[in-house]
Amino acid sequence: MLKNLCQKMFGRSLWVYHANSGGCNGCDIEVLNVLTPYYDVERFGIKLVGSPRHADVMLCQGPAMRSTAQALKRAYDAMPAPKLVFAIGSCACGGGIWFDSYSVLGPVEKVVPVNFYIPGCPPRPEAIIYGVAVAVGLVDKKTAPVKFKQIEMPIPRYHPQDLSGRDELVVYEKVEKV
Amino acid sequence: MSVLSKLKEAVICLKAGRVTLPYPAQAQPVPEKFRGRPIFDAAKCTGCGGCANNCPAREILLFDLCQEIRILQYLGRRCAYCGRCADVCPEKAITMSHEFETGTNSIGDIQQRVELFMSTCQRCGRCFKEPSTLEQLKLKGYRVDDVAHERWVFRSKSYLETEPVVDDIKIEMD
Repeated sequence: MLKNLCQKMFGRSLWVYHANSGGCNGCDIEVLNVLTPYYDVERFGIKLVGSPRHADVMLCQGPAMRSTAQALKRAYDAMPAPKLVFAIGSCACGGGIWFDSYSVLGPVEKVVPVNFYIPGCPPRPEAIIYGVAVAVGLVDKKTAPVKFKQIEMPIPRYHPQDLSGRDELVVYEKVEKV
Repeated sequence: MSVLSKLKEAVICLKAGRVTLPYPAQAQPVPEKFRGRPIFDAAKCTGCGGCANNCPAREILLFDLCQEIRILQYLGRRCAYCGRCADVCPEKAITMSHEFETGTNSIGDIQQRVELFMSTCQRCGRCFKEPSTLEQLKLKGYRVDDVAHERWVFRSKSYLETEPVVDDIKIEMD
């Protein structure tokens, strides 16, 4: 539903605003790398703008920090109404390595609602393009949560009450798996 | 002279050709030593919890339901793909894959959860050799990370207190 809405409203041309709220500048370099001719992202109509008032998409890098949370919130409020937020890098997705520091509040979704997540430290430029392509609807997402459950105990369980003595021989009757 | 320089520029541009990668249509192979998303092989995992104790981002949680069932959950939200879990794993159950296309619209998509049966020694009730004095500070009894709220719980204080110690900062926005 979000994909259809995105396609209808944005006409497949996203103007991105690039907000760093306390990251290490690694993700910034990767985002700028995306805009170079090598990974020419203007093929998809994506353009970097300098003001949040011109933007459709905010690319958030870095965790929400005590000093920058207010500014991030104000930049988000300044964007015009159909807006998306991309969290780029593991700092924006989950708080980063220094998630338990006193100055780090946590992921940016604590401050602004996040629509798309691109984890990685930093994500490859291809990964950023892939996340944008998922948002625009060019490709399908590849990840899904993995769950594994061992149903059977690998070793048969030993019950002492199942031991029975048969003439000079102790026999374990039940060999059952849990 | 200016015409000549323009011609020279045109020649340089034509010589370079097309450099743009046709990325989402056709992917380029990643470098050999690239570390992507860690993949947990549940068939090899013995549930020793070395990865959970070594993860610098505390993104691998352990939860002991009872004596025999142990849940190992990889959240991966703030995983920096450092590969320490793969280095420390004695059974080589964790491999750093070349998978990097993990952009999703919900952060729960990169979770991996493994539920294991733990078999203990019939005589002493333990699985492994006795930990050193430094390790005993961390590893006593069960690990009870907060699986419901997806947070790592410090053994020292937060287990005894009802209020969580980690991740307890509230933002006040006007």
